[in-house]
Amino acid sequence: MTALELAAAVRAGERSAREVVDEHLAAIDARDGELHAFNHVMADSARDAADVVDIAVARGDDPGPLAGVPIALKDNLCTRGVPTTCSSRILDGWRPPYTATVVERVLATGGIPIGKTNLDEFAMGSSTEHSAFGPTRNPRDPSRVPGGSSGGSAAAVAAGFAPLALGSDTGGSIRQPAAFCGVVGVKPTYGAVSRYGLVAFASSLDQIGPFAVTVADAALLFDVIGGPDPLDSTCIASARAPIAESVDDGIEGLRVGLFAELLDGVDADVAGRVHEAAGALRAAGAKVGDTSVPAAAYGLSAYYLIAPAEASSNLARYDGVRYGLRVDGDDAASMNARTRDAGFGAEVKRRIMLGTYALSAGYYDAYYGQAQRVRTLIIRDFDATYRDFDVLLAPTTPTTAFEFGAKTSSPLAMYLSDVCTIPSNLAGHPSMSVPFGTGADGLPVGVQVLAPALGEPVMFRVARAIEQAAPA
Amino acid sequence: MSWEAVIGLEVHAELATATKLFCSCVNEFGAEPNTNVCPVCLGLPGSLPVLNERVVEYALRLGAALHFDVPEQSVFSRKNYFYPDMPKDYQISQYDLPICVDGRLEVDGARIGIERAHMEEDTGKTLHVGGGGRIHEADYSLVDYNRAGVPLMEIVSRPDIRSAEQARAYVTELRAVLDAIGVSDVKMEEGSMRVDANVSVRPSGVEALGTRAEIKNMNSLRSLGRAIEHEVERQIGLLEGGERVVQETRHWNEEDGRTHGMRTKEGSDDYRYFPEPDLVPIAPDAAMRERARASLPELPAARRARLVEQWGITEHDARVLVAVSRLAEYAEAAVDALHEGTAKDVANWCAGDVLAYLNDTGSSPEVLPLAPDGLAELVGLVVDGTLSRNMAKDVLGECLRDGKRPKQVVEERGLAQVSDEGALGRIVDDVLAANAELVAEWRAGDDKVRKKKRGALVGALMQATDRRGNPQLLNRLLDERLG
Amino acid sequence: MARITRADVEHVAELARLALTDDEIERFTEELGAILEHAAQVSSLDTAGVPPTAHPLPLVNVLRPDEVRPGLDRDEVLAQAPAAEDGRFRVPRILGDVP
Repeated sequence: MTALELAAAVRAGERSAREVVDEHLAAIDARDGELHAFNHVMADSARDAADVVDIAVARGDDPGPLAGVPIALKDNLCTRGVPTTCSSRILDGWRPPYTATVVERVLATGGIPIGKTNLDEFAMGSSTEHSAFGPTRNPRDPSRVPGGSSGGSAAAVAAGFAPLALGSDTGGSIRQPAAFCGVVGVKPTYGAVSRYGLVAFASSLDQIGPFAVTVADAALLFDVIGGPDPLDSTCIASARAPIAESVDDGIEGLRVGLFAELLDGVDADVAGRVHEAAGALRAAGAKVGDTSVPAAAYGLSAYYLIAPAEASSNLARYDGVRYGLRVDGDDAASMNARTRDAGFGAEVKRRIMLGTYALSAGYYDAYYGQAQRVRTLIIRDFDATYRDFDVLLAPTTPTTAFEFGAKTSSPLAMYLSDVCTIPSNLAGHPSMSVPFGTGADGLPVGVQVLAPALGEPVMFRVARAIEQAAPA
Repeated sequence: MSWEAVIGLEVHAELATATKLFCSCVNEFGAEPNTNVCPVCLGLPGSLPVLNERVVEYALRLGAALHFDVPEQSVFSRKNYFYPDMPKDYQISQYDLPICVDGRLEVDGARIGIERAHMEEDTGKTLHVGGGGRIHEADYSLVDYNRAGVPLMEIVSRPDIRSAEQARAYVTELRAVLDAIGVSDVKMEEGSMRVDANVSVRPSGVEALGTRAEIKNMNSLRSLGRAIEHEVERQIGLLEGGERVVQETRHWNEEDGRTHGMRTKEGSDDYRYFPEPDLVPIAPDAAMRERARASLPELPAARRARLVEQWGITEHDARVLVAVSRLAEYAEAAVDALHEGTAKDVANWCAGDVLAYLNDTGSSPEVLPLAPDGLAELVGLVVDGTLSRNMAKDVLGECLRDGKRPKQVVEERGLAQVSDEGALGRIVDDVLAANAELVAEWRAGDDKVRKKKRGALVGALMQATDRRGNPQLLNRLLDERLG
Repeated sequence: MARITRADVEHVAELARLALTDDEIERFTEELGAILEHAAQVSSLDTAGVPPTAHPLPLVNVLRPDEVRPGLDRDEVLAQAPAAEDGRFRVPRILGDVP
């Protein structure tokens, strides 16, 4: 059942939330040993929350649009009293004293957090191989990575452990694993969803977003988590109309641009599926053409200066003083350094070093400063394109899911898997991945729909049309 | 070789807002450790800052009071460094786009330029345990984050100050301005105002600046003056001895009266400033700027000038009245309540006995047991002859101690001065009769002897009248009788 | 742009408070060099007169009222501290002064 169907059934009293939760907990029990989608399963609290929903329904109250729907939460979202590790040794066992805004909104609408999912440590990675607690396996082929950094959330939805999940996306960390696992993944407009309670990686790029099996389910969760939050200064203050209302409005007359720079250099079968999706959109009444966002070719380079720079500062707080791991030292500074060396994995250290260097005296202007100017150029090129097109179409990833260990020996090779997703983060624009058939190897392919800032309505409509035309 | 001292001062003032800079925790001094904290000011993973609107209001008001330019946009930046009192191991401050630039303060006729003023968050407080509480000898340290996130204004002067005395005057005047506009408690002893000094010297007449040292840990105006004087001498001593001044941070030690170089690591000062991505720029609009201007009260310099002109008091007394927080307000309220007597009378009492009381008790004018109209009453009692000035001092003391009104005290102690000429005349006659020898010595003596004998007679009169005789009247009657 | 050196890496590790092993320093010098070479591509774009984008959103003046709201309970906060004493967080002695 989809999330929409489940919620409807629970609200109508046709199914009990408790039964729904137990069913999903059983599925987790059966297969998560193999997949390791979860760092922590919240069995007891999920059952308790389900009981609360059932009591409300019995009383004649409406528990909300997510009534009884289990939701997996990426383990970088703060959940009060529940371990939030960011898949890092440095936060192993840390229980936040507060809960992220998006999670509060899930709870307030009857949703049932069912567990904290695995990720690349501190969201830095594209395969979930950089988790300190072991990788997650792709449910479609367990010898393959699920993608990253939100690999656990994507796998949880793909394996049927929960119909919905939340992840975070800084350079593609929702969309890329969605594509690899064959589910829907959405990165909202920067500022559309509150970041309060999301452990920060790169503050000007991070966004929380939904995973789901269907576009309509993704819209449901998006509408719940989005909206103004006085606790986040970078969150847009005005409320917007729910996406769910317009998802099926069709795409007649919409202008769809095939994103040249992102189609260049990807695997032929992946590119093929994108063109196939474009054909389906044309058949459904959209106008499809080719377009270019020239500066986007520099997106990867700019991203690998900006994101690590912000991350190096965001991760300074992990110093063994107030929470988390502490490794003793003769003095405070030595304690800090030993704690961080023991607590951080190699990829995190690499990015902290990279970021610190890019900000350091003498290098700021050439690296961080220049990258932020290139970011402006990318935005300008996007703005120019969006004068002629309503949405853009591109692959989500250059390849299908790769094998474990295929890219871990070369950090740069791993970074290149983000080339299609990064431009949207730099621009602050929304984009989403919709499953569309498989590659030559039978593994899922995702087609990426990109839209201008606050263009979620049109983005979801196009995504829906792609979904409807997707090969079986 | 004659030398010139070149001094710049960095003043940090804690803003007296209800809540912290970026979160809604209470902004208060002296609470139990770690009881005014939240995810934001503790820098917990996932927390985000949100700017306090009153801090911006206060910053703009300060901008107006010190004649600053307020550029169109200003931005917060991260200053990155590790220290246990820093919850995020970066401080949110302002770097290249501060909220105020190019201000000034007039100090005793000299114009001291103020380069910039910006907003930033305060750090937590560390207690060093073991080794006499000094950081370098401690066994371990304990951190309290109540102060972390408290809003600060950092006000950086240009190096226009030329002496320790002028430095003190600058800080005193700046303090008075901040107090007058109500943005800070500015209590150095509580840490709501802190001062660091950048000190260098150069040969008189030379334009190029010498190497400067930064002096920290001056906890009072007196320390500030002593530390700067010492540092200037130290630097002159080095240079005259053919050595160089090292650019470094030095700690003032109150006990041994010297500055000491601190151990700093090489290359540890790269703060890697970059614009704070979790906060958006501040762009003060016309309404905000106008509100700031309109909210300015009468500033100290203007108030001093007005009091000198309106009350006919000296610059010195005006300075005293305005420098002590709320004392001028007290005096003005007393003047408003006068029936008899002058503003000058009130000013004298305030700058003298009232101030002495405030200093002795550490109290403040707002909570004086004698209300301003009570002081006005006292002045009236002197003017109408009920009390001599000396008696009035005594009465004032009792009013301040016990919270009584002057007329009440006069009645309770039967202090009304005797000014009845007839009664006093009889007393004078009696005293003269009882001291016939003194009178004879007075008549026979020269000026010097007469002065002495007259003094003795006055003493006897004071005794005879229980000190309640109107002194002017007594003197006249005495002179008349002596002839 | 000059290639990052071992000395650079050591300096950066110190700024970032990371106590790296010799092995790590060696490896990072190599890896960071490769990444930076790629990232330095940004310098081939002409950005004269182009302002940097610090925020993708054109927001200004996001403020909150100066009103007290309840914070955290001290016990809950200190319960997670690696070391605490007398209601405060305990750390080893601090050498060197505030930078």
